[in-house]
Formats: sequence, C-alpha cells, structure tokens
Amino acid sequence: MNSLLEFLSLADPNVRFVVLGSVLLGMSSAVVGCFTFLRKRALLGDAIAHSILPGICLAFMVSGSKNPWILLAGAAVSGWLSVAAIDIITRKSKLKPDTAVGLVLSVFFGVGILLLTHIQHQGNASQAGLDKFLFGKAASMTSEDVLVFGGVGMLLLLVVIAFYKEFKLISFNPEFAKVIGLPVAFLEFLLATVTVLAVAVGIQAVGVVLMAALIISPAAAARFWTEKLAVMIVIAAIFGALSGVFGSFISFSAPSMPTGPWIVVALTVFVMISLLFAPQKGFVARWLRDGNNHEKILTENILKALYQIGEKARDFAGSRELAEIRERREFGPGELKRGLRILARRKLVVEAATGWRLTSLGLTESRRVVRLHRLWEMYLKEKIRLKEDHVHAGAEAIEHIITPEIERLLEEKLGFPERDPHNSEIPR
Amino acid sequence: MNEFYTILTGSLVAISCSLLGSFLILRKMAMVGDAISHAVLPGIVIAYLLGETREMIPMLIGAAAFGVLTTVLIELFHKKARLQTDASIGITFTFLFALGIILISAFAGQVDLDQDCVLYGDIAMVPLDLWITDAGLNLGPRQVWILGVNLLVVLAFILIGYKGLFITTFHEEYAATVGIAAGFWHYSLMSTVSLTTVVSFESVGAILVVAFLVVPPATAYLLTEKLPVMLGLSALFGVISAILGNMLATWLDGSIAGAMTAVAGGLFLLTFLFSPKQGILMRLKFR
Repeated sequence: MNSLLEFLSLADPNVRFVVLGSVLLGMSSAVVGCFTFLRKRALLGDAIAHSILPGICLAFMVSGSKNPWILLAGAAVSGWLSVAAIDIITRKSKLKPDTAVGLVLSVFFGVGILLLTHIQHQGNASQAGLDKFLFGKAASMTSEDVLVFGGVGMLLLLVVIAFYKEFKLISFNPEFAKVIGLPVAFLEFLLATVTVLAVAVGIQAVGVVLMAALIISPAAAARFWTEKLAVMIVIAAIFGALSGVFGSFISFSAPSMPTGPWIVVALTVFVMISLLFAPQKGFVARWLRDGNNHEKILTENILKALYQIGEKARDFAGSRELAEIRERREFGPGELKRGLRILARRKLVVEAATGWRLTSLGLTESRRVVRLHRLWEMYLKEKIRLKEDHVHAGAEAIEHIITPEIERLLEEKLGFPERDPHNSEIPR
Repeated sequence: MNEFYTILTGSLVAISCSLLGSFLILRKMAMVGDAISHAVLPGIVIAYLLGETREMIPMLIGAAAFGVLTTVLIELFHKKARLQTDASIGITFTFLFALGIILISAFAGQVDLDQDCVLYGDIAMVPLDLWITDAGLNLGPRQVWILGVNLLVVLAFILIGYKGLFITTFHEEYAATVGIAAGFWHYSLMSTVSLTTVVSFESVGAILVVAFLVVPPATAYLLTEKLPVMLGLSALFGVISAILGNMLATWLDGSIAGAMTAVAGGLFLLTFLFSPKQGILMRLKFR
C-alpha cells in the first residue's frame, strides 16, 4: 500500500519520467492503432517495429552518435520503406498480404540484427544502449527521452486531429474518398508516417516484439464498447495510458520486473474484459441475447403447437400429453419439457394430471403467434406472389420478430383477411 | 569443422522450416507461423525451469503445446469474440511472449536464457555443445542431432500426410464434402510447426525461424505453381541462404542468424525482380 502511495505521489523524479513517458507512448500508439485496426492492417505495426532496426543501426554508423533525433530519423526512413515494400509486394506479385508482412518483417529485422551485431563487435564504446531498441528500456527513461516522446506524441495527436475527417474516410470507405477527390495516396502516406513515428518511439519502451500489442490491443479493446470512431479513439487512449501506469508501477514495486511486458499484460487484461463484458458486443451479452432469442422461439413454437391441436379438436381447454405435442411438431431432446416449464412459470400453461393445458392468458398469446404466422403467409402469397406451398418456411422464421406496428401494417395492406392461404382461420 | 556444423545446423532448420512454411503461406497463415515462433517462449522457459530432471522428449512436446495453444487462442478470439484475424494474432502472441519475458525475469537465476538469445539465437555456440556418450565417444554437436531428428519428423509428416495436406490446402470445401477432417490436418501442421520452432529456438532464435518459414517458400512460390517443385525449391533456397549467410557473417563479423536472413531476403529480391513469369522487370519487358 505504501509503495502504491509513494508511486502515485510521483515524488521520485525517476518515477515521474517513467510514468509520463509510458503514458505518452501508450496514448499515442493507441490513437494511431485505431486507424490501422479499422483498416484491417493491425499487423503492420508489428512489421514496422521489426523493420526500423536497420535504419537505427545505419543512422548510428553514418553519424556515429546516439542523438535520439538522428536515430529517430533513421528509424522513420526504414520503417517507412518497409511499409512501401509490403505494399509493392502485395500489389505486384501473387503473394498474399500476410506473407508480404512476414517476409518484410523478418528480412528487415535480420539485416538489422546483422548490422547491430556488426557494430557491437567493433568494440566501439559509444554503441552501448543501441540494443534498447530491441527490448525496450521503459524503466530507465530519462528526462531527455520523455521530451522526445512527448514532442513526437503531441505531433502525432495534432496530425490526427487535423486530418481526422480524412483519416476516417480512408479507413472506412477509401473508394468514396477517391471519388470525391481526396488525395488518397498522400493521406495514406501521412497515416503510414504517423504510424512509423508512433512505433519508432514506442519501441524504446517495450521492445520490438511487444510493440505490436501497443498498437493493436487498445484499439481492439475499445472497438467492443462503441460504434463511434471518436469515442473509440478516446477509450483506446485511456486503455493505453492506464496500461502504461500499471506497467511502470509493477517495475517500480518489483525492480527486477521489466516494464514493457507488464504493460502488455495489462493491455491484454483490458482486451479480455472488453471482449467478455462489453454491454452490446461482449461475449456474455451476446450469449445472453442468443439464449433469450432461443427461449422465445422455443416457447412460441410450443404455444403454436398447442393452439393447432386445440384448433383441430375444437377444444382449447383440454390438456395434452407430451407425445401429442411431439406429433404436431418435433423438438430437440429435453427442449419440449424445458420450454413447457418456462411457460408454466409465466402462467401461460399449467401442468394437469394427463399433460399440459393452455391457460386463458396462454390462449391469447398462442393466438397472437398463430395470427402473425398466418398473416405473414398471406402477405407472401398476396404481395410477393409465392405459391401456397412455399409460404410456410418464411413465416416460421419471421413470426417471432414481427412487432405490433408491423402486424397492424400487414393487416391494413391485406385488408384484414379472415383466412390464410391454407384456408385456416386467422385468429383474432 | 565448426563452420561445417554451423552451416549444417542452419541448413537443417532451413529445410524443416521451408517445407512447413510452404504450406503455411499457401494456407494464408504466414503470420500464424510468426505468432507461434514467438508464443512458444513461455513453454521454453518452463521447460528450462524443469531442467535436466525430466526427459527431453516430453519437455519438448510440452513447449510445443504452447504453439498449438496459440492457434486455439487465435481462433477463439476470432470466432467467439468476432475479433478480426490479424488483431487476434497480434494480441495472442504479444501476450504469450510478454509472459515468457516475465518468467525469464522472475526466474533469472534459474533460467539460462537471455533476451538476445530468444530473438536471434546463438548458432555459433552449437558446435561447442558436444554429445559425448558415457563410453567417451564423441558424436558431434547435440543440437545437430536434435534438429536432424526433427527434420526426419517433418519429412515423415509431409510424405505420409501429403494427400491430406494438399487437399485441405487447395480444395478446402471439397475436402469437407468427401469427409477429410480439415481440423485434423490443421492441428497436425500447427503441432509440427510448433515442435520445429521449439527445437530451432536455442540455436537460431525466433527471427531465423520466421524468416525460414516465410522467405524461401515465398521466393519459390514466385517461380512455380507446382507444390512438389515449390517444396524442393524452397528447401534449396534455405540451404543456399545458410551457406552464403555463414560467409556473409564471417565477412561482416556479425550475427550468423541475421546474415542468413539477409541472404534469404536478397534471394527473394532477385526473384521478385527477375523471375521469368512473376518478376516485375520481366513483366515490364514483355508489356
């Protein structure tokens, strides 16, 4: 607890730099990641992360210095080249995009490793620390690093805000963007550059392999909560920032623990929570909804069967045995009993000595379902001109989802019919 | 002699990976191979933790199980949570890799693995770890034997399963209608890829595995439409990369794994430009 308070007070200047740096990195890559995610190029971030290594090494070999701005420029150039290479390979050969990504990623990285080890073996003392681009050194960020990250982060946010509308359009509907005369090629170049920059700074915190998570995970998690791009970007930025804080807290309280991997663990937890519990698109919500739909269809089908038996016997009050209902309509094993118990709980049927019987409430409800079924059959015959023997299946599916408004419209359009295409009465 | 063993190690990895990789890229699963090669890390760390006390074979299989777990998780994210495939891949492998790094940090004293080795291995160490029997007989580097056995497993898998792999790769729907279990071939292939990744990891690292899984098959695919030719060519390109890569590494005094990857990339570039049918320069000429 004490360490948490000490951490949160940000009294230690080192902690301040690390937290600030991690938050800035988390946020800027999350924002950029939203666009790559929506353009279904999530793994581009992974490719760029691997591909900036040769650029960094060459920049160092040429300049002989580790000035962060020079290295960043080298990183940007080779990252950008990798995006172009993937694009060219995909367009000019029969190789699939994922093959192109894997190919460019491993070749650029292999060349980078070759150059890096070459530099290391030269015995040049000033090269120490270049390998932070491989594994990230979030826990040892300095004020200068934070300045660079902060500067690049602000620049990225400004570009995204300034070109928000354009980026949105090329993410959702690039053809339309082209038609209305937007400079799509330039915008794609700009977006690629922004992504490369986000990766080039982010990689210094979490390293080559984990960088992909900083780009992909916040966007993927945010997507479960909203349909609006602006909201998605804000949520993703919050997830990214919180994960940054969490990761730096872990390595603050347990110094042997690396920051980057814990940031990724936090991000994955956000993804898991989102995909399980998000209100509309989460797994649990969808599962409950599917269950409800399934239950509605099952019980309505039982009511319908009971009504049809009653109709034939000219007696809606009699009780029916399970076998009798099964004869009318097939149900999965155990389904019929389950459905009847649900109906009994809702007081639509009661269990009698020799079977199950509709209550008056149940009779009204069963009439409603049968009416919808037969009205729809009528509609298919009269308005769509289907043959009588082709209308049943369509009605089976739609009867469960017709609302009272549609029901009224159907009746009006059909002139309040009394009989369905099979000459059965449409109950009122 | 050491040089010979280095090239032999590289070639053994190259052939195993290129053969499996050919099926991966034809099945549009190149990035799944990439994901597996990173995601087996926690399995490897756990295997190291258990150390010499256990049998090697179950340990390898345990580590390889993480590779299969990766494909299961990717599918779960994709099917159950309706996340797009590439995002599922990215989330799964970064999480498992992060877990691996955390394990390495947590048990730093007990695990003889460092992060450099994880990424690009140390093929130069292979000739030094010799397998000497109790009778004192020197059988050569241990790693070469392990990789050799793995290559035999891969060859046996492809020869025995060729028909099933072929049909599920090119005619997925037809395979389903004649009752060939696509799932069985999918998971068998993934298991073999995982096993290969695990045994290659120590000597060549994650990067060379990915490179050999993707680059030689992609190069071969630009030269032929026939699967047997593609398999042969990609194995050949793999071996050439291993030989020339070793020379390049000596010349530049750099990582051997990195150099082999660079050569494989160079071969791809040449093919991409000059391939008789697919090369972009050739197509310009005949336009």
